[in-house]
Amino acid sequence: MKNKFSQSLRNIFYLGVKELLGLWRDPMMLILILYSFTIGIYVGAKAQPDSLTKASIAIVDEDRSQLTNRICDSFMPPMFLKPQIIERPEIDSGMDKGKYTFVVVFPTNFEKDILKGETPEVQINVDATRMAQAFTGAGYIQTIISQEISKFAHKNGIPDAQAQIVKRNRFNPNLTQSWFSAAVQLINNISMLAIILTGAALIRERECGTLEHLLVLPLRSFEIMVSKIWAMALVVLATAGISQLVVIEWIMGVPAEGSRLLFMTGLAMYLFAVTSLGIFLACIAQNMPQLGILLILVLLPMEMLSGGSTPLESMPPLIQKVMQISPTTQFVSFSQALLYRGAGIDVVWKEMLALFAIGSVLFWYSWLRFKRSVA
Amino acid sequence: MIDFNGKMAVSARDLTYRFDKITALDNISLDVPSGIIMGLIGPDGVGKSTLLSLITGSRALQNSGTLQVLGGDMRDKSHRNNVCPKIAYMPQGLGKNLYFTLTVEENLQFFARLFGHDAAERRRRIDRLTRSTGLYPFLDRPAGKLSGGMKQKLGLCCALIHDPDLLVLDEPTTGVDPLARRQFWDLIDNIRAEQPQMSVMVATAYMDEAQRFQWLVAMDEGKILTTGTPEEILTRTGKKDLDAAFIQLLPESKRSGHRDIELPPLDADEKDISIEAEGLTKRFGSFTAVDHVSFRIRRGEIFGFLGSNGCGKTTTMRMLTGLLPATEGEARLFGKPISGDTMEVRKNLGYMTQLFSLYNELTVRQNLKLYARLYGIPEADVKSKVEAMIARFELNNVADTLPKDLPLGIKQRLSLAAAVIHDPQILILDEPTSGVDPVARDSFWELIIELSRRDKVTIFITTHFMNEAERCDRISLMHAGKSLACDSPAELVAKRQAPTLESAFISCLEEAEAARNTGTSPEPEAEKIILPEPEKSESHAAKTNHFFSFQRFYSCFWRENLELLRDPIRLTLALFGALLLMVVMGFGISMDVEDLSFAVLDNDHSQLSNNYALNIAGSRYFIEKPPVKDYADIDRRMRNGELSMVVELPPDFGKMLERGESPEIGVWVDGSMPSRAETINGYIEAMHNQWLEKLRKESGHETSGDVDIEVRYRYNPDVRSLPAMVPAVIPVLLMMIPAILAALAVVREKEMGSIINLYVTPLTRLEFLLGKQMPYVLFSMLSALFLVAMAVALFDVPIKGSLPLLLISLALYCMVSTGFGLLASSVTRSQIAVIFLTMLATILPATQLCGLINPVDTQSGLARLIGEIYPTTHMLLISRGIFNKALNISDLQAPFIMLVVTIPVIITLGTVLQKKQED
Repeated sequence: MKNKFSQSLRNIFYLGVKELLGLWRDPMMLILILYSFTIGIYVGAKAQPDSLTKASIAIVDEDRSQLTNRICDSFMPPMFLKPQIIERPEIDSGMDKGKYTFVVVFPTNFEKDILKGETPEVQINVDATRMAQAFTGAGYIQTIISQEISKFAHKNGIPDAQAQIVKRNRFNPNLTQSWFSAAVQLINNISMLAIILTGAALIRERECGTLEHLLVLPLRSFEIMVSKIWAMALVVLATAGISQLVVIEWIMGVPAEGSRLLFMTGLAMYLFAVTSLGIFLACIAQNMPQLGILLILVLLPMEMLSGGSTPLESMPPLIQKVMQISPTTQFVSFSQALLYRGAGIDVVWKEMLALFAIGSVLFWYSWLRFKRSVA
Repeated sequence: MIDFNGKMAVSARDLTYRFDKITALDNISLDVPSGIIMGLIGPDGVGKSTLLSLITGSRALQNSGTLQVLGGDMRDKSHRNNVCPKIAYMPQGLGKNLYFTLTVEENLQFFARLFGHDAAERRRRIDRLTRSTGLYPFLDRPAGKLSGGMKQKLGLCCALIHDPDLLVLDEPTTGVDPLARRQFWDLIDNIRAEQPQMSVMVATAYMDEAQRFQWLVAMDEGKILTTGTPEEILTRTGKKDLDAAFIQLLPESKRSGHRDIELPPLDADEKDISIEAEGLTKRFGSFTAVDHVSFRIRRGEIFGFLGSNGCGKTTTMRMLTGLLPATEGEARLFGKPISGDTMEVRKNLGYMTQLFSLYNELTVRQNLKLYARLYGIPEADVKSKVEAMIARFELNNVADTLPKDLPLGIKQRLSLAAAVIHDPQILILDEPTSGVDPVARDSFWELIIELSRRDKVTIFITTHFMNEAERCDRISLMHAGKSLACDSPAELVAKRQAPTLESAFISCLEEAEAARNTGTSPEPEAEKIILPEPEKSESHAAKTNHFFSFQRFYSCFWRENLELLRDPIRLTLALFGALLLMVVMGFGISMDVEDLSFAVLDNDHSQLSNNYALNIAGSRYFIEKPPVKDYADIDRRMRNGELSMVVELPPDFGKMLERGESPEIGVWVDGSMPSRAETINGYIEAMHNQWLEKLRKESGHETSGDVDIEVRYRYNPDVRSLPAMVPAVIPVLLMMIPAILAALAVVREKEMGSIINLYVTPLTRLEFLLGKQMPYVLFSMLSALFLVAMAVALFDVPIKGSLPLLLISLALYCMVSTGFGLLASSVTRSQIAVIFLTMLATILPATQLCGLINPVDTQSGLARLIGEIYPTTHMLLISRGIFNKALNISDLQAPFIMLVVTIPVIITLGTVLQKKQED
């Protein structure tokens, strides 16, 4: 009995070593893996600008007073590009062409009305198709205008607004976007690579006919499947670990709060789940093109709805519930708590447990499919 | 050398060709007269295929030597273009240049179109060729479902459809059964009788075939050993048959180990049965692959299994190895039935498949080690066992090379070594010698006989070679799933009163065939007239446009279209996948932030502080959680993600406000997700101001210094994410899916080998790529239509601008995205790599760099550069412009022009990077 067990372990080990050697001899794949965990992460993380940068703004100033001038001057880089002063008729065409994301209109007698204690009207036109920039930018502009006016009013002897609000952003004081995007990018690449590597390794072995030969050897389908899982998971674990330490923490200088060991443990559990998923997809797909499309169909929703790119709580409740069974959602939540907020095992044990449970189910189901597909 | 008519079809001078380490052709000079049938013989891996591929122009010449084919230099591109339509090439491997999902008719139509025949001419040619080859009744059968012999005949028809001057056949009969082989060569003879001016060059491993050729070239190690007629070679070597003559021609060193095969008599115990089958039957649906086959094989016996292609040999073997369960009957190994847990049986079994199941990414030694371990040889013995195998199978020189670089004969020895490394008692070999040269085959048989007679291994082998069948103790003749006869070779010959085993076999087959189909034979006799008159096509060839021919393009397009339609799963996945993704992304990506959890640290507990907290909790954006006690509590609850925001109200908050002082309210925001933190900051600021204003109004304070700010969200007044998102998701999806489909379409041909049709036909790269691209463009446009319809109907996002303009832009965009796939395919060779590359090159840029969420002009550096030129950026502008802003063409000029310009740029790049010859 013990003998059987050790032979089984040996089979799993050496079949896995074979997978690693195979990958090692495929230079194109090595280059792509290297790219995705270095330049790919860097470009992806730096792509998203910090919340509001270089917003294009135009101002229609019909008042041309000291106050409106001061407001104009307070729209400064890096948040805003230098405001363009335009006339009212230019608003529509400028916004249509996407030249300006924001157009602020000051009416005539604006300053006078303020001094008189009346409430003049400022209009902010926002190009709402510009998504993130539109929504945050409008808030900023309102705040800037109010602040300038109250400063101006204060100087002119009008009582100040009461109660100040002091905001502190925890975990990322300057809301640097790349701190956030780096981890998102890392997780996306981990998912993509883990699924492609295991799925394609299985399909390739089937297309080459070597899989059939393995089944004639004294091997169990379980051993064949596990060997692929451990080998590919190890590759991703190692490259992702190095990428986190070297590219993200060292080169990009993103601080990681939580324990690295804990992160790697969680990552290993995540890889257990997604590599099993890769095997499952390879059992469904009949050829590589089908696998290619399946990959997109599975990966994209898993990534986009994981809470990594947009907050989970703003999705419809049904989607939120369904996405809880996606390993990516659990892993994103785990990583955010650990990397950004420095949470410990006392917090993330729930996600780890969920990952393990999802992984086990995926593994078990993939194994059933795999056994059936080779019989 | 005999001078046939003075004209030379091929003339090579000092030709050398090297692969990385191996010299395939070593300074070859050769003249091949035209109008003859020439045989190229020699062991595997001596450069025969390389020479043929150079002659056909499918492989590019290296620097040294010259090669003239049909009177012109093959280095000269214009000559290659001219001569290409005059050369027909059938590459090695069963049906390598065919498309398996297409029918016989469709394959032929494709090739006929490539060579510019009109519809009537095509019909005439196809009918004649298929009638004369016996394929006519099977015009509607997919090529993949044909037997090996019929595939080769179809390959030949495809090659002959344009009346070539030079026909090049690379091992056309490898893996084909004797009957089909005989029919194949009769066909070639007929064709040559019809067209005496045509030159034919054949590479073969069957020496009995070489006997039929007029002129032979024997090669070894990249050099030419000798040339001459078969008779001349026989006289020169003083041997009776070409097999022996060829061995005689080899250098002393290679020949030394070789001696004639002797089969010592079998000394077997009649009761010691190793393999036993009783009424073994396998049915696939209504088709019976194996029909009540029974045999008993004694220990140490060599049992041969012979039969036509597709007669059920491989299926029988798969049942014996336990890979397939039997439908009926039973197979027993050592008296134990093969069912349930076959682990113990498998340990005593060695199996070698037609494909040589070696790992090409492992060296010879690593392969052996892996198999040794998988067979459970104790770790201590692995090394010695592997070394012993390397020595016994003479693999010393190649122990550290990768199998893919090895000639077939050596691969086969390695495969056998891997199959016997665990000293199995039964060895099952499925056509182990297909395509292997005579010397290698003989040494292989020496090993087999040694295993049988010395080690008492029972051997079950299938083969198409009659001289191998003669070496078996007993053979079973199989046809259409039934065993026709089973006896020793000598007995079989005697029973049928045939001169040789081959004729005994063929007569047996023909009899069975006749009995099965009383009347119509499935492969009817060839008609006499074979080829259409050539003059018509000459005029066509002269008119051939070398740059772009619409008909060739259409031929490619039509073929790709058919293939695409034959894989409905792929189509459905791609089409509904896009719709599904749109739903997911449309609902999923939302900038609206709601239901944020917050808590209050109230140090004041006054009415006002209470009121402040209530104001926040009352909004739809925030949900209040139990208040926090102290700073440690804040830290803990923010760290575990429970709270997104904490509001701290200072002591005496109420009193200070009443006194007109300015108390400070502390707000902690979870910054781990910056965009969300940004939104929270905005919300709280707005609510704070509202609350103050309300307070002032209630207390009757003067409301000066106030301004009424009116925010007008244009194009999307309700500030919903959906109307901004949906028009943007369409371009993103139409980038990824079409790109991956188009990329795989090309790389798949590279992996399957049919890319050779690009190399050896007049097809240009541009025609090939556009032809492959167009079906995917059309398909993507269909999916674009669905997406647009869904945007309007399901998501309720109206198209404010012009629908025709939107559709035209989307069509252009589909050309760009499929072009992108073609570009990715031109730099990759394997399907895995191209999937990975295409995903890397589309997902990140399309979702993050092109303005889906953040405008391109806010990015910097590399991301900005990519964003500026990436086509999705422009399509996004157009799509949002038309959907949300009601813009017309004059407003969208810039992105529209960018889109139009990108198409030729991408296609040109893809065309230039794609290779027209192999190197």
